[in-house]
Amino acid sequence: MPVRKVRIFDGFERFWHWTQMALIFTLLFTGLRIHGVHGWLNFDQAVKVHTLSALGLMLLWVFAIFWHLTTGAWRQYLPTTNGLWPVMRYYAWDIFQGKPHPYRKHLMRKHNPLQAMTYAALKLLLFPAIWVSGLAYLFYNYWQQGVSSPWLYWVANIHVLSAYAILTFVIIHVYMLTTGGSFTHHLMPMISGYDDVELTEAELAYLEQDEPGRLKKENVSG
Amino acid sequence: MRMKRGLMLVVLAVLGACIPAVSSFAVSVTEDVPRGGERMELGISEYKNIGNKGKVDNPVTELDKDKQRKFTTDHTRLKELQGPFNSGPEVTRACLGCHNTAGHQFVKNKHWTWKYTNPVTGQKLGKSILINNFCTNARGNEGMCAQCHAGYNMKDSNYDFTNEENIDCLVCHESTGTYYKTPPTRGNKACAVMFEGQKPIDWVNVAQHVRLPARSNCGACHFFGGGGDNVKHGDLSSVLFHPPRDVDVHMSEDGENFACIICHVGEGHEWAGSRYNMIAKDEKEHARPKPGMERETATCESCHGDKPHPLSVKGLKLNDHVDRVACESCHIPAFARGGVATKVDWDWRTAGRLKNGEGYKEEGYQQGNGEWRHTYKSIKGSFKYAENVVPVYRWFNGVMRYTTIETHFDPNKPVEINHFTGGPQDADSRIWPFKRMHTIQPYDKGNNTLVYMHLWGNDDSAFWGNYDFAKAIKVGMEQNGVPYSGEYGFIDSYSWWPINHMVAPKENALACDECHAKQGRLKELTGFYMPGRDAPRWLDMLGLLMVVGSLGGVAGHGLLRILLAWRRKH
Repeated sequence: MPVRKVRIFDGFERFWHWTQMALIFTLLFTGLRIHGVHGWLNFDQAVKVHTLSALGLMLLWVFAIFWHLTTGAWRQYLPTTNGLWPVMRYYAWDIFQGKPHPYRKHLMRKHNPLQAMTYAALKLLLFPAIWVSGLAYLFYNYWQQGVSSPWLYWVANIHVLSAYAILTFVIIHVYMLTTGGSFTHHLMPMISGYDDVELTEAELAYLEQDEPGRLKKENVSG
Repeated sequence: MRMKRGLMLVVLAVLGACIPAVSSFAVSVTEDVPRGGERMELGISEYKNIGNKGKVDNPVTELDKDKQRKFTTDHTRLKELQGPFNSGPEVTRACLGCHNTAGHQFVKNKHWTWKYTNPVTGQKLGKSILINNFCTNARGNEGMCAQCHAGYNMKDSNYDFTNEENIDCLVCHESTGTYYKTPPTRGNKACAVMFEGQKPIDWVNVAQHVRLPARSNCGACHFFGGGGDNVKHGDLSSVLFHPPRDVDVHMSEDGENFACIICHVGEGHEWAGSRYNMIAKDEKEHARPKPGMERETATCESCHGDKPHPLSVKGLKLNDHVDRVACESCHIPAFARGGVATKVDWDWRTAGRLKNGEGYKEEGYQQGNGEWRHTYKSIKGSFKYAENVVPVYRWFNGVMRYTTIETHFDPNKPVEINHFTGGPQDADSRIWPFKRMHTIQPYDKGNNTLVYMHLWGNDDSAFWGNYDFAKAIKVGMEQNGVPYSGEYGFIDSYSWWPINHMVAPKENALACDECHAKQGRLKELTGFYMPGRDAPRWLDMLGLLMVVGSLGGVAGHGLLRILLAWRRKH
């Protein structure tokens, strides 16, 4: 099957990814300040930036959810066990033997099974946990009913715990860029949008016919 | 030199405390301290120094556009006020001749009755009953304490409260600054200084120059509660006669120049805003004021509303605090600001030391404005002062309960002169700032009650002049018909003073970090969650484990890859 440079991350997706990255770093930095981990800015400044960034990120998510649903991109994240074992085996064993990554990107499966599952968990569990707890935290006064509610303790702790989990994801996510090729090899697609994709003849024909812009002009063969 | 002498006095005071006979202490002072030092004076009086010694203030007394009332009467031209007057009651008779319901109004007011019944607790309060942990009791000592009674001739507890001619109109209304009050009786001869060197009052002049009360009027007593400048409240000092803007944004002539009565709104000689019965959380209609609406409370909310901060991310979050944190908690960053200290600690046990058989005073604290304050007085004992004091914060629902002469307490615990309830689960409570006063004061050791002391009088038992606790307490209790076991001791006591004045400009309000921190101002308050303060340890341990674990994991993974790749090459 031909392997071609295909644009797999279109404009919105890249904008979403990098804006989300910037906001998550901002939220982590200011959130840790509010939590009392560091004192590199004032509490009120931290709260202000944190609140505005969070509202911005949630607005971005509204657009991203709309984009996922309307483009059908949500199917990219459907969990599958098909090919999961070799990927897990690769990270746990084969990578140390210098073997190549077992997964090749397909047009409709641009993430490997482990990746897809991780991202699905992130989007369906961790992100909702942090924004639901965050909204409850922010609008505390509208549900605490005049007395100091003991639930705030749990709201705050779920929020902070979710944040630690997201920080953990970020650490592993960035490290993963170094595996199975060079750091830039993994980074570039999210910047340029193009990556090597194993295409079926039918997919290639479809792209050449209907979406020629998604194929890089120069002939790159696998 | 000053320092050295001060140190010597401290050393001597310690020595003196160890020597049972007070006279030996007095002798050693005479021998070791050179005469003529400003730090120690014979005599016992300080009261001649109360009142506004500077320029009389001319504050805003009405919130119309010109900020001044336009009066319809020029009192200087009234034939009724042309005199001659030879005494206060004569002036009052002239006042009441025209203001013919003012007297009926005023005699119901606690400035006159010194009585107050708390509608919530039913407790009978007021200066005629209560015992505090400063000079302790006005009852029985009216001959001195009634210097701040808004009436004439209250010499003892048997006062005729129906005689309207004894109302002191002038102390609240005169505007020249030449009016003053002296104690109704002369007390012991040692106190004579209070009556000396005073210029006689020009009764006609003061009667003709009357107006709504200015800060100089209210402050003449209220800034000197507890027996001296800012002694009692901590947030009411002579600084407020002409406060800089950063000390009090409302009362400063560079700010709003408000008179006290702008907030303590009054009608018919009754005023809002007594600490006996406070509104800890003002949520009535008057907390949502509309232009021109009548105000009837002294709360911040009655002008500023209950959503006082602007519509911004920060403002909205600050408004979220209003239901749980009193405005004062953030907007009065510290009390006793502006250079005048407040008393924070008082030890009656050391009272009664003499020097050559006479009472004396020691100056041991130099406050911000350069003046020295007494740290020891034979008549009262030893004191400590503080300035720019960070308040103590407590949940408070506005209901104050007092330890009165009738209260029997547990002598193994400090006595709470006043105490209050409130908490995070009580919707009527908010976090309030307080001055907490600590005192060691006499009590009835047999009955476990507070005591009335006979402090003032020209006799052989008044403490001020005779320095004998046993006699002063016995007579004080007997005179007021209170049972006394005959044995007194000393007990720790605390009193709590809500802080409301010395509101700073908004740029000086507390930063969030002052409370939202592990060691912040609210670290003593529990039972509610506060961001920046209350994260449980397990949460951060878990977080640390996750972050360090993942960092370690990827580092190990990466290192292994590099090592094995290197081995494959070689």
